Amino acid sequence: MPLLRIEGVTKRFGNFTAVNQLSLDIRAGEFFALLGPSGCGKTTLLRMLAGFETPDEGRLLLAGRDIAQVMPHERPVNMMFQNYALFPHLSVRDNIAFGLRRAGMARGEIAARVAEMVALVKLEGMEKRKPDQLSGGQRQRVALARSLARRPQVLLLDEPLAALDKKLRESTQAELMELQRRLGMTFIIVTHDQEEAMTMASRIGVMDTGRLAQVATPRDLYEAPASRWVAEFVGDVNLFEGQVISREQGRLKVTTREAGIITVTEPRQPVTKEIVTVAIRPEKIKLSRRGLASSADALQAINRFEGEVAEINYLGGLTAYRIRLDNGAVVRSVMANTARLDVDGYGSSERVAAWFAPDDGVVLEQ
Amino acid sequence: MSTRRIFARPARYAAIAPYLWMALFFLVPFGFVLKISLSQTAIAQPPYTPVFDLSEGWEAFKGAFEQLSLENYRLLISDNLYILSYLRSLVVAITSTLILLVIGYPIAYGMARLPQRWQGIAMILVIVPFWTSFLIRIYAWINILQHDGLLNRILLALHLVSKPVVWLSTDTAMYIGIVYSYLPFMILPLYATLAKMDRALLEAAEDLGASPRKAFWLVTFPLSLPGVGAGVLLCFIPIVGEFVIPDLLAGSNSLMIGQTLWLEFFTNKDWPVASAVAIALLLLLVPPLVLYDRLQRRQVEGRR
Repeated sequence: MPLLRIEGVTKRFGNFTAVNQLSLDIRAGEFFALLGPSGCGKTTLLRMLAGFETPDEGRLLLAGRDIAQVMPHERPVNMMFQNYALFPHLSVRDNIAFGLRRAGMARGEIAARVAEMVALVKLEGMEKRKPDQLSGGQRQRVALARSLARRPQVLLLDEPLAALDKKLRESTQAELMELQRRLGMTFIIVTHDQEEAMTMASRIGVMDTGRLAQVATPRDLYEAPASRWVAEFVGDVNLFEGQVISREQGRLKVTTREAGIITVTEPRQPVTKEIVTVAIRPEKIKLSRRGLASSADALQAINRFEGEVAEINYLGGLTAYRIRLDNGAVVRSVMANTARLDVDGYGSSERVAAWFAPDDGVVLEQ
Repeated sequence: MSTRRIFARPARYAAIAPYLWMALFFLVPFGFVLKISLSQTAIAQPPYTPVFDLSEGWEAFKGAFEQLSLENYRLLISDNLYILSYLRSLVVAITSTLILLVIGYPIAYGMARLPQRWQGIAMILVIVPFWTSFLIRIYAWINILQHDGLLNRILLALHLVSKPVVWLSTDTAMYIGIVYSYLPFMILPLYATLAKMDRALLEAAEDLGASPRKAFWLVTFPLSLPGVGAGVLLCFIPIVGEFVIPDLLAGSNSLMIGQTLWLEFFTNKDWPVASAVAIALLLLLVPPLVLYDRLQRRQVEGRR
């Protein structure tokens, strides 16, 4: 039995269905991310878990108990709010102690727990400060300490790092993961930042228009997206639509308008449709100079297209190319800059061959 | 450099303007009133002595100073009439401010929780009475409260009373008038603080185990205290000096300080004593004014 079972939950606001017949299981100790574009219903789902919204249909089972109708102050979950929602009239200490006092803990116990939380988020010496005397990063820590103080069964985090700058966000991501592992608590984070979700979460649920498009580990989400939409939403991708013309020895041949015939490995789930989309991540498309490809490469390179470099974007660690194929289609390729000196780089308008291995293409039926 | 100087000069004058205004329309008249309060009544025109008149010569002008005395203030302290009306003013102001707070807070709170598009309408409804003259509204209350007025007719029709109740010329009528007139001044500052409060704070409180009622007392109310302070002082200060409402609606057996002042000035023609009453009233209002100023300043600093 999972710690949290979301069962056929629907939430409507007037005519708008924010969450639509959504089901999801979350195990104890998981770091789960709800990822999606704004308006996809991820925040509404989180707010239903916290109790600020009531589902119109479905059940929310926390450790077997349906909490869908339970008031927020009676739920064993806590939330870290997007803009922290620290009480401006209370000190750091009183903010952290707020939930403990409501739980009717003894004075001494409260003091001990507050001290423990302050140490956990490294805010020693700041106990008497008011929120407006803290930096953004410190406020974020107070909010975290406050939401952890009651030791909730599930901690909900609503875009917890959105207000921090990039450097601070990265170090805080690492701290959050470390904290989650150490406490063994269940975290559910809502974010629109896929890098953040990929970095922190053990599993990601991608949401689109109130439904879960896919629930998978970060790697599966990227390498085996379930649909065109997921492939395009998570990371960058080249998509080729075409018709299946043959299947033999675990290989599918697909004839596409943009790139001619593409050969890909047949997925484990047999393809049932005639019209499919082949998705290839840009870093899986390799470039080589015409005729310069070694024989070993050429052997593997069943999918080989001629074209010329249309655009070069140097990004530091990577360089992104746009290759205009001779038949007019444009494919994106990303290559790691593994050497400091660019002796072998491709120039603008240079003739190149773009190729990828059959294993690197993903066949999508929707 | 030179352009900056050109622009700096009008700016400097603009900064002087409020001080000039205060000096001309507050400090100078205050000086007159203070001087009259130190004079004695006389059957003359103007009705007090001494009169400073440079045309009488320098010696006479200096001599006038020696005639000034604190006699009128001594009278204020020795005569029960004045102390009692000061006390009554305080009691009336405190009582009605409390009633205003108890009625105004829930209204402001309700307004702040309305959907955004209704809040503007609610605000207009609060302000709309100002479109009618204050005096006319008080006279309307006389009409409502009189022997065969609207209130008595309703009460009789509902069989809540068997014969008309005497409302006019009672403290009840006065309190109704004061609370009715000052309610917007209590509601508006309260609404302003409550409306800008972040709803997420209440959610955070509930998330941390506070029932909605507890969340109100632990979060909403403490955060609305600047608004409470502003509303209380905005009502209390003018109510202490209120004249028209008690004069028209209350009985004549006990007077508020504003009424006493009016009597001294218009009925007794005793300008010096009336001036002394006015100065004493002003002194009475200094502490709450200073308090109001502090609150305002703290709020401005808090926002930074």
